[in-house]
Amino acid sequence: QKVSVEVLDHLEHLALVDFRDSEGVERLQKAIQFADQLHEVNTDGVEPMDSVLEDRWCLYLREDDVTEGNCTKDLLENAREKVEEYFVAPPGTDFLTKV
Amino acid sequence: AVLKGRLRSQVSAALKEGQVTPTELCQRCLALIKSTKFLNAYITVAEETALKQAEESEERYKRGQPLGILDGIPIAVKDNFNTAGIETTCASNMLKGYISPYNATVVQKLLDQGAVLLGKTNLDEFAMGSGSTDGVFGPVRNPWSYSKQYKEKSVPKSHSEDEESNWVITGGSSGGSAAAVSSFTCFAALGSDTGGSTRNPAAHCGVVGLKPTYGLISRHGLIPLVNSMDVPGILTRCVDDAAVLLGSLAGHDPKDSTTVQDDFKPFELPNLTDVSQLAIGIPKEYNAPGLSSEILALWSKAADLFKNAGAKVVEVSLPHTCYSIVCYHVLCTAEVASNMARFDGLEYGHRSDKKDSTESMYAATRREGFNDVVRGRILSGNYFLLKQNYEKYFVKAQKVRRLIANDFVEVFRSGVDILLTPTTLSDAAPYTEFIQEDNRTRSAQDDVLTQAANMAGLPAISVPTALSERGLPVGLQFIGRSFQEKQLLTVAKWFEKQVQFPMIQLEEVKRHDDGVFQHQKSASFS
Repeated sequence: QKVSVEVLDHLEHLALVDFRDSEGVERLQKAIQFADQLHEVNTDGVEPMDSVLEDRWCLYLREDDVTEGNCTKDLLENAREKVEEYFVAPPGTDFLTKV
Repeated sequence: AVLKGRLRSQVSAALKEGQVTPTELCQRCLALIKSTKFLNAYITVAEETALKQAEESEERYKRGQPLGILDGIPIAVKDNFNTAGIETTCASNMLKGYISPYNATVVQKLLDQGAVLLGKTNLDEFAMGSGSTDGVFGPVRNPWSYSKQYKEKSVPKSHSEDEESNWVITGGSSGGSAAAVSSFTCFAALGSDTGGSTRNPAAHCGVVGLKPTYGLISRHGLIPLVNSMDVPGILTRCVDDAAVLLGSLAGHDPKDSTTVQDDFKPFELPNLTDVSQLAIGIPKEYNAPGLSSEILALWSKAADLFKNAGAKVVEVSLPHTCYSIVCYHVLCTAEVASNMARFDGLEYGHRSDKKDSTESMYAATRREGFNDVVRGRILSGNYFLLKQNYEKYFVKAQKVRRLIANDFVEVFRSGVDILLTPTTLSDAAPYTEFIQEDNRTRSAQDDVLTQAANMAGLPAISVPTALSERGLPVGLQFIGRSFQEKQLLTVAKWFEKQVQFPMIQLEEVKRHDDGVFQHQKSASFS
């Protein structure tokens, strides 16, 4: 089963990595083929596992108290384009732009 | 000689008694890093800050107030851990020049105990790979390539060709850390382990590689690959040292909500003499396709070692082992697709000059910043996460994961304490041979023995066992019960003592200006 052009377009938009050379598409096909082996396994009645720590209930919500912050300057340090305390992005999005 | 010592019993004592100072130790390590530059183990060497840390440590020793065993000890950190003020690149163009404003929790813990941070070690780009060959700073060379033991066994084609074409890989993805420890440039190094990335290079480089239980050590500041499987890894020259590092790193971190809240008590390892109470499990599925006959024999010999010492040794079965690589492939790429989404050029890292639109800037940034391996995984991951594929692939893989984890639960429930398996399929391959297969194929092959432990979140350790026919290290792996690191390490230490793995005899390699390596026979490091 080949991956359809619609799916490829959709993937490119979602993943935002280009792979339109035949090598990229082939690599994807191989990855899917490899993953298809999963369907040999009988998983009837098996619950999906999100975390190996599921028995320990360790994921928790802490109190909504401010414990750190005031580091705007540090955080902006690594951004290439900024204006005052804003990160600057090019205007608009264009779903059909070919990169 | 102190460079070869054990932390608790030898180095710490030497520092306390003033036989060696932290500054001397630091300088010696820095000099060694320079003279082993051809290994390409380090991406960044933080010479100034390291010397400053060493000086501060020295002051504390003078006052008789060292912070602990790690005070003044030179260590290295894999370059996917955030280090404040020191570049963190993940061996990728995406993060070249990135200077983090904070330390990863594990880095902070080491610094708080006076450890001296020598630098950041090389890896596969974003920790994706099993060779440490796919980073933008080039591949890491296994120090054993330059050992007397390897050279004696290899047939040189011609004198100059010998050096250039014969060197072997470190394994990966924490190859830089493994090489750094193996070549004595530091006493311990941090790696990361998602599918075997600490244990694999440990086995190839003849050092101890510990993967702790998931949830024991904080991942805060470790640039994530697979949130449900990543752990910081520990690389040292002996099991005792791994226990020291573990003691200083483990424990709940409020900044990482996936760390368990149980109290962790650091421990010293007892000198086990009686193994008759131990039950060792030998999972038959780990006699995997491609396992070299040499390693199979070593594994068998190790099992006999335990048997002859009175331990109960039984064959066990982990029936879903053969699916763990496929399961990992889906879960890993899916989580990677999600985790790599943060790299868009806006807040940090590389940013493309393309300005047409936000999306085109993002896409160009990611094309320019990531290598093929990373992009390939992002793509596959996004495919498996598509609405029409989510149940079929991602959820399916999560179900298979439970089956894999349950296999271990069953085996441990049946009375087995520790599992004994090989760590790798063979000894380290020559670089020229390794790169003939692509990254995904290699990872799929090489991870098969290590990555089920990540699936199940279990602690596992690779212990250097013997040299292969080619004179290269082979390690064997012990897998333990969740949070039973003390038992795991105690058994590993006993085994280490039995096998008496030989010390690497590094020969100096002098490089002439015309770039031709000239092998120089000299006294081995002493």
